[in-house]
Amino acid sequence: MNNINPQIYLLTEDDIHRIIDDAWEVLETVGVEADHENVLRKAADHGFRMDKASMRLYFDRKKSESIIQNVPASFKLYDRDGLNALTIGNDNVYFDPGSAAVFWLEPGLTTIRRATSRDCIELAILTDLLPGYRIQSTGVVPSDVPEDIADSIRLLFALSFCTKPVITGTFNVNSFAIMKSMLESVAGGSEALKNRPLAVFDCCPSPPLRWSHLTVSALVDCAVSGIPAEMVSMPLAGATAPVTLWGSLVQHTAECLSGAIIHQMFGPGSPIVWGGSPAAFDMRHGTPPMGSMETMMIDLAYAQIGRYLGFPTHAYMACSDAKTPDYQAGMESGIGAVLAVLGRINIVSGPGFLNYENTQSPEKLIMDHDACALAYRLKKGIIQRPDDHPVDIICRHAIDGQFLADQTTRRWHRDEIDPPGSTIYRKSMDDWLRDDRPDARQLARKKLETLKNQPHSRLEENRLQSLTACLMEACKNKIYSDSIKLHLERYLK
Amino acid sequence: MTSEQIIEQTRQAVIDGDAESSRKLAGSWLEMGLDPLLLINRALTPGIEDVGRLWEEGEYFLPELVAGAEAVKTGMQILEKELSQMKNPLSETRRVIIGTIFGDIHDIGKSLVATLLRANGYRVQDLGSDVHASRFLEAFQKEPADLICISALLTTTMIGIPDVIRIFNEHSCRSQVKFLIGGAPVTGSWAETIGADGYGADAVDAVRTANRLIGKIQ
Ligand code: B12
Repeated sequence: MNNINPQIYLLTEDDIHRIIDDAWEVLETVGVEADHENVLRKAADHGFRMDKASMRLYFDRKKSESIIQNVPASFKLYDRDGLNALTIGNDNVYFDPGSAAVFWLEPGLTTIRRATSRDCIELAILTDLLPGYRIQSTGVVPSDVPEDIADSIRLLFALSFCTKPVITGTFNVNSFAIMKSMLESVAGGSEALKNRPLAVFDCCPSPPLRWSHLTVSALVDCAVSGIPAEMVSMPLAGATAPVTLWGSLVQHTAECLSGAIIHQMFGPGSPIVWGGSPAAFDMRHGTPPMGSMETMMIDLAYAQIGRYLGFPTHAYMACSDAKTPDYQAGMESGIGAVLAVLGRINIVSGPGFLNYENTQSPEKLIMDHDACALAYRLKKGIIQRPDDHPVDIICRHAIDGQFLADQTTRRWHRDEIDPPGSTIYRKSMDDWLRDDRPDARQLARKKLETLKNQPHSRLEENRLQSLTACLMEACKNKIYSDSIKLHLERYLK
Repeated sequence: MTSEQIIEQTRQAVIDGDAESSRKLAGSWLEMGLDPLLLINRALTPGIEDVGRLWEEGEYFLPELVAGAEAVKTGMQILEKELSQMKNPLSETRRVIIGTIFGDIHDIGKSLVATLLRANGYRVQDLGSDVHASRFLEAFQKEPADLICISALLTTTMIGIPDVIRIFNEHSCRSQVKFLIGGAPVTGSWAETIGADGYGADAVDAVRTANRLIGKIQ
């Protein structure tokens, strides 16, 4: 068996060195802002130059490199039951639904509405049932619960209705402790969670070069507790970063290096992912397009840099800026999925996303599942099978043309030729007319209907109770405590 | 240089986004003892309208728009020194206070809105991001404005917007000012629910709504 392992590279090794050199120069000269007293103190203890008044830290290369040298190049992520470990790193690529959409696009409709608890649950169940998504995300923000616990409650729904590991994040500084206790209750204690992590926390530096109190707190909390952190650096080329893709890469590299240094000072050897959500700013409409080619080029290139430096990687790809799951959505998401696979980006958040990270669409989640499958097929490459002697096979059927009847066809067709996904129509025109001319959205809705009738996972009662207790503990002194209890009872039934 | 030449060149400086020329020309204008309002009305305002038109026609992109707004701003800074000694119609009307709500550091959209409002002749005070309700009020009490613009990008922070309106109510200032709000999670119907006067989907819409709420500059 041979396999050339198709991959894409946008930078030469020399390019990578030059970008990294420039990033270190940025960190040594302008440094980064870190809004956290302990971080400033810790950096000073490590002998880094620091300006307390402006909260700026300056990282010199030599010292920094020794601090980040122990970042693990890969780590394992487990499901809710501590099983089915996924290795985040190496050549593995895992897709998860884009995280933290504010709006929900109901199947069949063209207008969005604010997402609710019901949507959180639907997303978790769908992700559980779609095998191509090996990781889930706290993908929508419920608007029917108090805002200060919206981040925690979506994690509760995710853990309750989907077994898969979860990409999540905090919206408030106080939430980390609550969410950590929830994860521990499901995993079976803090040691169990540390040994078998089941969640990754997004931490987003503010471009340019600023770690806000919220995000640097999350970074430190993750480092200390050994929960994997994911740096989501988002230079918006031309708006919050240099307009050149190259310049944005320098800024991205500097932000991620600084995050890794801070993180590793608090948790040497703790897992951390080199990720991002950059965009090449749309110069006409002032929007941050996730589906533009330039955005995807920044993604691929920074992932190449992260990989080179020995980090697991992440990107927001396989998502779109279209408002409905239309041609644009398919084009942008499909290209993104294929490129992410070719770039060997380890965690790819994006499926289901429309409207630059603002809307989640269950129809599109189904369609993207098919797009991801096509991308995975490409990853497998072209393989010569052990008994594949093409000359023999061709000779056998040169006259009768009956390749369909050949034993090798039967043996290998399932490995060679993937059947199309449920939203890809490959039947004849006559069939299509007979089937009432379905388009991809209609096919996705049909698939949604079948999935709805399938049994889905549900956290067993005792763990569900302790999980809920963690959230209730956090709401204990809040005026909405009773109504949240009722809310949970209603939705967890 | 004649006054007509200055007017022509200043207008062109705005179209070209040439802040340095705009500053110099405004200086020459004052040295000649001419009425600052005249240069504003005949060069800066039409210049930025040209820029806006070029933007709408697809000729200009945001960087050109921002450069044009900068050129207006630098020209204004020179002229305003003189204006402040006269009765200044610009300082009496169409003043805008803008900021991103408390707890929220997303400021790109807010800054774009501020830039476009400026470019369209509004005097904008930008309070930055993570702005507490009381700071909007303080800014207003220090110097009244016609419009308070509030941006929120997070579902967790947008709920701070009604607090700003409430605090203006409590200090009996609500009726003196209009509230225009925006940001990705904000919708028109929510704006209505919380008693804001307007909602803008993007920066161009923000200017349009501001014009509707407090009157377009002449
Ligand atoms: C860039 C970005 C950031 C940057 C912001 C940098 C900066 N200097 O602004 C950083 C990295 C700091 C950031 C941080 C976070 N972010 Co953020 N971020 C974004 C992103 C990708 C783009 C926002 C943006 O700049 N858009 C471009 C501008 C031009 O558009 P805009 O802001 O919408 O503004 C336009 C209109 O809305 C309107 N408008 C805006 N303001 C106003 C005001 C008025 C008066 C009017 C009339 C109109 C108007 O006009 C503007 C121009 O057209 C969005 C996704 C998205 N597409 O919105 C997520 C997003 C908003 N962030 C999100 C999250 C979760 C966060 C964090 C909590 C992440 C974390 N765990 O660390 C933190 C929060 C930090 C904080 N306390 O504020 C979520 C929000 C989910 C939610 N709960 O609401 C989003 C939706 C992404 C996602 N799906 O996960 N983020």
